[in-house]
Amino acid sequence: MKIPYYPGCTLKTTAKNFESSAIAALRALDVELVELKRWNCCGTVYSLASDDLIHKLAPIRNLIRVKEEGGARVLTLCSMCYNTLRQANMFFEKDKEASEKMNQFMDREVDYEGDVEVLHILKFLKDEIGFDNISKKVKNTLGELKIAPYYGCLLLRPSEIAIDNPENPSLLEDLFHSLGIYTVDFPYKNECCGAYQTVNQIDLIADRTHTMISLARGCGANIMVTSCPLCQFNLETRQENLKEKYADFVEMPVLYFTQILGAALGVSKKDLRFDLNHFNPGALIYGK
Amino acid sequence: MQGLIEKISDLCEQNLYACYQCGKCSGGCPSVRQMDILPNEVIRLLQTRKVDDALNCSTIWICATCFTCTVRCPRGIDLARVMESLRQIHLRKNVDHVKIREISEEQITKLPQIALVANFRKQTA
Repeated sequence: MKIPYYPGCTLKTTAKNFESSAIAALRALDVELVELKRWNCCGTVYSLASDDLIHKLAPIRNLIRVKEEGGARVLTLCSMCYNTLRQANMFFEKDKEASEKMNQFMDREVDYEGDVEVLHILKFLKDEIGFDNISKKVKNTLGELKIAPYYGCLLLRPSEIAIDNPENPSLLEDLFHSLGIYTVDFPYKNECCGAYQTVNQIDLIADRTHTMISLARGCGANIMVTSCPLCQFNLETRQENLKEKYADFVEMPVLYFTQILGAALGVSKKDLRFDLNHFNPGALIYGK
Repeated sequence: MQGLIEKISDLCEQNLYACYQCGKCSGGCPSVRQMDILPNEVIRLLQTRKVDDALNCSTIWICATCFTCTVRCPRGIDLARVMESLRQIHLRKNVDHVKIREISEEQITKLPQIALVANFRKQTA
């Protein structure tokens, strides 16, 4: 199966391990991601001010690119891209007057009608591949792992675009159970990591990371897993100075779920790119 | 001050008077400990027309638009939009909240683009 794919900026820079592992894991499931020939930044955060149409254009232009290439749907990996593209579609469906104005503004583009379906990889794996089918293709049982699944905000909120129950999601748990991997019940799985505040309020993010990682450790986890390159950065890289501040703090690797999925499906190490993670989880995954 | 309240209501498209101060937004807010006033207090200030106090709190800049309050509000108020409209009132005066020059080169190199773009979208004019 082939499916159009919108990567977004971060998957090409600080989250290459996410893209590479996702492409390889999907290949193992006979799915080929076909990257859009042209795309631009999604805007990262959806503009919420009613009159601010100009900042709502970026995600729409990407959806127009999908149509130009003859696609009816597009798959995203990054939670922020997923969120902006879905919210853009939602806005286009709801506000016909504004959407007409936006189409007129983009007069060189083909008109957009809110009709490109935006898929997140997790939902795609569940609905179109099926966790049962994935479980039949498992090559490595990763028995050492005790995963704290972390969803963050943007796959779950606002509720209209949620890929799962916003208050108690279970997609990641269900996926890992189908791979034969143990997950812990992690109460902060849908709490905000502090997001973009990481730029100018590093201490705030580091403190929150300390709370999250310590709680995950207390719940019995030895690894955390996410789908958002910003959560991944905050929760893993912002652990870097925590040992100096908290003597009893034990660091924890934070991986993309596709790295675990790939490892279970027997994808080669060179595609999983653990070398790009802040903490190398190799020993946890492949044994010592 | 009537004009400014109306501007805020127009920008967020929310009925601020629907709030009955149950405090569920503040109870679930993951950033509430860092804020100088509670999210429900921001709404209360707007209801009582104390617009300057609502505009000058740290709360609107600590909010990271995680939508937890939005999902949980029993009155259907999209509080994330209220916070955005208050930030917009400042930013439209061409005043940056984040001083880009003060971010170290080490951080600029290390941070993912989505962090930088999102931060500047939310906190610079």
